[in-house]
Amino acid sequence: MLRKWKQQSPYHLMLIPSLVLVFIFSYIPFYGLIIAFQKYNPGLGFNSPWVGWDNFSHVFSQPNFVRTIWNTLYMSVFKIIGGIIVPVIFALLLNEVLNSGVKRTFQTLVYIPNFLSWVIMAGIMLDILSSDGIINTFLGVFGIAPISFLGTPSIFPWTMIVSDIWKGFGFGTVVYLAALTSIDPGLYEAAVIDGAKRWKQTIYITLPLLMPTIVLMTVLSLGNVLNAGFDQIYNLYSPVVYQTGDIIDTYVYRLGIQQAQYSIGTAVGLFKSIISSVLVAVSYFLAYRVAGYRIF
Amino acid sequence: MILLLISLLCILPFINLLAVSFSSSSAVSAGSVTFWPVEFTTKAYEFALSGGSFFSSLWVAIQRTVLGTFVNLVLIVLTAYPLSKSKQKLMGRNIYMGFFIVTMLFSGGLIPTYLVVVKMGLIDSIWSLILPGALPVFSMIILMNFIRGLPEEIEESAIIDGAGPVQVLLRILLPLLKPALATVGLFSIVGHWNSWFDGIIYMNNPANYPLQSYLQTLLQSFEQIMLKSGSDYTQLLSMMNARTGRAAQMFLGAIPILLVYPFLQKYFTKGLVLGSVKG
Repeated sequence: MLRKWKQQSPYHLMLIPSLVLVFIFSYIPFYGLIIAFQKYNPGLGFNSPWVGWDNFSHVFSQPNFVRTIWNTLYMSVFKIIGGIIVPVIFALLLNEVLNSGVKRTFQTLVYIPNFLSWVIMAGIMLDILSSDGIINTFLGVFGIAPISFLGTPSIFPWTMIVSDIWKGFGFGTVVYLAALTSIDPGLYEAAVIDGAKRWKQTIYITLPLLMPTIVLMTVLSLGNVLNAGFDQIYNLYSPVVYQTGDIIDTYVYRLGIQQAQYSIGTAVGLFKSIISSVLVAVSYFLAYRVAGYRIF
Repeated sequence: MILLLISLLCILPFINLLAVSFSSSSAVSAGSVTFWPVEFTTKAYEFALSGGSFFSSLWVAIQRTVLGTFVNLVLIVLTAYPLSKSKQKLMGRNIYMGFFIVTMLFSGGLIPTYLVVVKMGLIDSIWSLILPGALPVFSMIILMNFIRGLPEEIEESAIIDGAGPVQVLLRILLPLLKPALATVGLFSIVGHWNSWFDGIIYMNNPANYPLQSYLQTLLQSFEQIMLKSGSDYTQLLSMMNARTGRAAQMFLGAIPILLVYPFLQKYFTKGLVLGSVKG
């Protein structure tokens, strides 16, 4: 035993810095969650008076809160659906392009927006979506009156959904293209001999073989269904569109940090965190069962 | 044809931004700028580069990215190497693994984390941007899987030659890990460069904002003017002037990523395939 420890001790020592840092910045906040059950007072800290489930019942009874959950689900579900369909179609189309130079150029172009922060993307969007921005100028050519994409409650969620898909689909495209290259060319040759045209080949060979990847990506994204995109929405919304644009994360931020209602904000965050962690665990479990995907 | 159109859709907004940044503000407010500068001027850039907040926050961002990526890489290696061992060779391996995995599933959330950073006295310090995310667990797992994929004989023969774990790590493994380290290192670089939210909440003094946080405040002030502008025409005009300046600064903020992008893409694709398709 002692000998074994002597042999292994360098490994354990190597782990110490990570263990300490993760303990401080990830585990101590778990303890901080108790303020969700207190009436937090910065002067008293964690010795603030206990209030049981009051913070939760207070939040759940707010009409705002139900609306916020609905907005979160609404936007993230459509983002997930679009985030699967668009890259699959794009990858399939790109796969038909035979010239590899052209293929790579397109792939490169659609991948660029992935690397830019939502701050910069928001800067671009504010510019192109403004009343005299390029999109409204373009629509004006067809006699369409300027649309306030970011200031109309009924349009705002769709602006978020479409722009999120726009920013992110290059990522999915790369994944699906990688999956496509692993398909055995012999299958297509056989299909050609049987007289299948390109369309039939896509339906009967490419799509079925792409299915495991599609299912995997879908299952993995389910764990994120409560993350409707804080970075994006926080940078683009305004009080005008709170009723349709507010999501759980922006709500927690406004309540918790800006209005300094630490206990309420933490309660909402805890609620979301518990549901999210269950969803993530379930999605990883499904990914393993369905597609044999394991992260470790 | 459709492909070309879709691909262009991803790039045209940037060209528009570039055109706006090089146009005169009167041309921009007249809405006549599309993909080519109108009344070409570099005024907006001169303004942005004339010092002040842009430069100081650029410097903070560079420091943060360099230091943060270095810390990330050191911790990733120091954690992934022991954890790549089997249960027999590392007592309590599964306990360690569970300890790190839990943080991927569950987090204390915004406010408790914020309170910890405050308690540690890190407010207004660059370490508040680096230490809370010092170990990117997902990157660590990627590297761990990579190490496991290496032939075990390499390490065994070094141990027979009398090398200890530290020597094995430094002399034998590190050179072999280069491609994997490049991948996770680039994840860190992009992550640090693009973060803005932690800068906003952990820095009380705007002089300490990293670049993206500073750009975010530009957006915010712009929105506020926009909301109020309904009644106030002079403010609307000043907003229009701000638009070219903002475009210029946004573009400058995007440049570093756009410059390293061709180099990045290869590794990202690799990391992506490593991380999401095969596992």
